[in-house]
Amino acid sequence: MSNSASIRTDNLTIRFGGHAAVNNVTCAFCPGELTVIVGPNGAGKTTWFNLVSGQLRPSEGRIFLGERDITALSPSQRARAGIGRAFQLTNLFPKLSVFENVRLAVQGRARQGHRMFVRTRALTGLADKAMHYLEETNLVPVADLPASALPHGDQRKLEVAMLLAMEPDIFMFDEPTAGMSVDEAPVILDLIARIKQDTSRTILLVEHKMDVVRALADRIVVLHNGELIADGAPGDVMAMELVRDIYLGTGTEEVA
Amino acid sequence: MTMSQSNSALASKSGRDRVNASGWSGRALVYAAVGIIALALALAPFLFPDIRSQEVAARICVFIVLVASYDLLIGYTGIVSFAHTMFFGMGAYGTAIALKAMGPGFEAILLGGGAGIVAALVLALLIGLLSLRVKAIFFAMVTLSAASVMMVLASQLSDFTGGEDGITYSIPRLFSPATELLTDAEGRAMRLFGVPLNGKIALYYFVFVSALLLFLAMMRIVASPLGSVLQAIRENELRAEAIGYRVVFYRTTIFCIAAGIAATAGILRAVWLKYTGPDVVLSFDIMIDILLMVVIGGMGTMLGAVIGVVLMTLAQYYLKDLMALGAEATANLPLVPDLLNPERWLLWLGLGFILLVYFFPSGIVGTLLGKGGRK
Repeated sequence: MSNSASIRTDNLTIRFGGHAAVNNVTCAFCPGELTVIVGPNGAGKTTWFNLVSGQLRPSEGRIFLGERDITALSPSQRARAGIGRAFQLTNLFPKLSVFENVRLAVQGRARQGHRMFVRTRALTGLADKAMHYLEETNLVPVADLPASALPHGDQRKLEVAMLLAMEPDIFMFDEPTAGMSVDEAPVILDLIARIKQDTSRTILLVEHKMDVVRALADRIVVLHNGELIADGAPGDVMAMELVRDIYLGTGTEEVA
Repeated sequence: MTMSQSNSALASKSGRDRVNASGWSGRALVYAAVGIIALALALAPFLFPDIRSQEVAARICVFIVLVASYDLLIGYTGIVSFAHTMFFGMGAYGTAIALKAMGPGFEAILLGGGAGIVAALVLALLIGLLSLRVKAIFFAMVTLSAASVMMVLASQLSDFTGGEDGITYSIPRLFSPATELLTDAEGRAMRLFGVPLNGKIALYYFVFVSALLLFLAMMRIVASPLGSVLQAIRENELRAEAIGYRVVFYRTTIFCIAAGIAATAGILRAVWLKYTGPDVVLSFDIMIDILLMVVIGGMGTMLGAVIGVVLMTLAQYYLKDLMALGAEATANLPLVPDLLNPERWLLWLGLGFILLVYFFPSGIVGTLLGKGGRK
């Protein structure tokens, strides 16, 4: 638990009006572990992600990165502390080139954004690194197009490329294969499998398609109505009757 | 691995060329126009020696700096501010008050102008930290009210500012038309292309070189890592924050930089005019001019400031003359001379603006460089 890449939420709660979207969630994640967070629509998965990466502030509870309490930090402070997040709804810099999207993530990681009297082009180290991550995600051929011109699948890949470029300790993927075609999804899953090879990394993955990620998951956490209802090895969790009721009862539209 | 890496790097390079090729002629046109303008401004005292043209050239130099610094905010970062003339005025009034109080010396310009810049920076920092967290529309309102307060102060504190009448003062002797920079054997000012090399020339080049340096500094800023973060903030503020950029810090920084540059432009204006008053440095008419110029040229382009300022300034100074000529030439025709009556110049300026916005939806430079385009 003392490892800096571990992340923990204690009694994490957020209420919108009277509705607790995330209710009293306590769990911890360790390096080298890939956890898949599942649950029906509206279960609070993305809200919990937003609390961890800082887009939302909790009503109650605390968040720890290693031993450090990060509950009060802004999203940018958390990003600099090593929490990287890819978004469910594609969230890019639409008019900037694909290359520039990734280069900005590299530049943020390298803490170079404040420099104003050096030409961006002169910082070839950043550009090379950005190209490297574009290669990893097969985006080199479209590097010069504006991000908004990419087809949906490539935009999803760009999301992942930006997350890789942040070189975080904690990787948070929010449905990285949502809306992708059957032949595109494996590219992303292969990438995630490769990230996992480095055991200093903690990976959190929200995903609906259980069959897709079962091979990758070390652990499954089930959220339902904002509460954590199951946490354990994939086989055990999927065997639980409660989980089957919830998942098969309301998640049928996800079968397709 | 290295092989595939270099291959893909090559592929992307040719891709980049392809993108450029489509906008090649537009790009050439923009660079040619800016080159000609730069050359004309650099040689203005010799090409256009009459007093009115000198005033036009100096005004263009100062406004390029002012409009380009505004483009840093509205075009690059997406910050809408109505306080840009306020910062412009602070630099000008600082200089004017010091020149009036201390007499015509460079130390007065340095001290008064410096105080104006520092005051602008402090005020920009305060406004930035207090209100750049809120929504864009509220920020715009805050700047609007700050600018209004400053105008009231300038007209009410008439002991310092001269009120509505403004302040007239003398400038250093080096800049006086009576000063001979180089003298010939008979002790008179030497002439170059028939133009006497006097203090007026020194004053123009003081303005021109200062403006050029400021503009080049801004070109460097937008091509720097900071400039790239500003554009990221404009495009998607939340994502910029999520990849580790403190958005409020960057916004406040560029707001201060733009304010400091606007104040410096104010110093140049004050020294050139030997007069500072609400009408020439503070009024909302100037703020509207700045907005029109940045839109005509193209937001987020820097070079658009050059084109926008030149077109608009030439129209403001010469459209009336042109129309008077036209009205005279068509005096025998029905209706036409009435339409060309110089008093209707604002009508034609407005029509020209509408046509420009229609044919160049991203501004002249923005459209020619293929940024944005019709939506």
